[in-house]
Amino acid sequence: MSERGFPATAWATAFRGIAWRETLRFVQQRGRFLAALVRPLVWLFIFAAGFRAVLGLSITPPYQTYVLYEVYVTPGLVAMIQLFNGMQSSLSMVYDRETGAMRTLLVSPFPRWFLLGSKLMAGVIVSIIQAYAFLAIAWFWGIRPPAWGYVAVLPALVLSGLMLGALGLFLSSAIRQLENFAGVMNFVIFPMFFASSALYPLWRMRESSPLLHDICAANPFTYAVELIRFALYLEMNWQAFGVVAACLAVFFGGAVFMYDPAKGLWARRKERG
Amino acid sequence: MDALRIRGLSHRFGAVQALSDVSLTVPRGRFTALLGVNGAGKTTLFSLVTRLYSNVSGSIEVAGYDLRRQPAQAMARLGVVYQSRALDADLTVAQNLAYHAALHGIGRRAARDRIAQVLAQVDLESRAGDRVSALSGGQQRRAEIARALIHRPGLLLLDEATVGLDVKARAEVLALTRRLIADQGVSALWATHILDEIQPDDDLVILHKGRVLSDGKSAAIAGPSGLTRTFLSLTGAAA
Repeated sequence: MSERGFPATAWATAFRGIAWRETLRFVQQRGRFLAALVRPLVWLFIFAAGFRAVLGLSITPPYQTYVLYEVYVTPGLVAMIQLFNGMQSSLSMVYDRETGAMRTLLVSPFPRWFLLGSKLMAGVIVSIIQAYAFLAIAWFWGIRPPAWGYVAVLPALVLSGLMLGALGLFLSSAIRQLENFAGVMNFVIFPMFFASSALYPLWRMRESSPLLHDICAANPFTYAVELIRFALYLEMNWQAFGVVAACLAVFFGGAVFMYDPAKGLWARRKERG
Repeated sequence: MDALRIRGLSHRFGAVQALSDVSLTVPRGRFTALLGVNGAGKTTLFSLVTRLYSNVSGSIEVAGYDLRRQPAQAMARLGVVYQSRALDADLTVAQNLAYHAALHGIGRRAARDRIAQVLAQVDLESRAGDRVSALSGGQQRRAEIARALIHRPGLLLLDEATVGLDVKARAEVLALTRRLIADQGVSALWATHILDEIQPDDDLVILHKGRVLSDGKSAAIAGPSGLTRTFLSLTGAAA
């Protein structure tokens, strides 16, 4: 590199390298891809089909008419894919840290925010592939949003994927050992998913418990779901956009802080030698 | 200009003083051994030089670049081999090297040439397409060195690079490092607790309980009583 820093092509090369490694790992772990698809499909084929009869949905934006429960739940399941993927990335960060592979990433001459941001974006690319695979299967199941919705949802998937990935990144900085990851499942993934608008609209939640409604309304995952839902039906939900963007800034800022050599995680670690 | 210059470096972990006022120099094209028992502070020192930790006191310069003020320039001139494995065992040797080349901003075509070059240097050309997990311990270490060389650094940091290797593999890794110094003029800071890895002509820094006890030519430090006795006497006195 020159005295003035890296040329633009070098930044692109570094990003491509990080994205390539993530994709390669993903391709090699076929079980991960299958699990990522089977999970929402079980919800769609079994849970949603079963609840269709008992859960009536009146007209709820962005839907213009009554919709089947499967149609309502699909955007939430897409967000669930991204939530699990974000946590999977977090797991891989903890694994990389335990095995030592993380150090080779962090000793790259590129700034740490760029390295973490690239890793985050690489994870989002993987989650988007999974989300579109799920939407394709859902289409055959009769869930058919407008054709342009598949295009319009892409930026929403990028933003929500970044937010959920940044949350995973932040959590990975706080998790000291791989064994502690089970706690993430219990205390992050499940509460975030169930206490959101993924499975039921918020107005329905209010009818059964105002407190639960407030909890769901304070859950960032709710806004990721709504951002995806509205985009899929060619509408913009500015509130969801604002909350997701703000949460992304907070979670990513927290992760960069925690991975800073002078602060957070690395300043507290001690190795023998 | 020296490959590495450290002045007045101290570091604490809470109440534990891991390094105290450490100063050392790695001259260009030299093999400098950093000798110390486990817990002497070698890995902490390496973590500070590689920016895994941030130094709040003292200064670190790599090829004249201050690590705090010019981190990118300094890090681009460093190649690191860690004590524990840092390669992705599920990827092939060539894939690992391509990844690390990208982390240094080296484009695909240039990376391909360099991968062939560094694998030839460490005598692993025939294993490029094999997964790292399929290599022996000694081969993995050589692959780690190839990874550290991919961006052509001026300084190699090797943290207990022979730990866990059998006698033959250990000798190969050590000989490879010395060959790189002789043939390519790179410099090396070789952290170890094994005295027979050090030759009389090497530069030697003895680190104990976070302090530099001795710094100079190995032969001069060893004196007539030999390195083992001198080391034991120095570290015993400092215990």
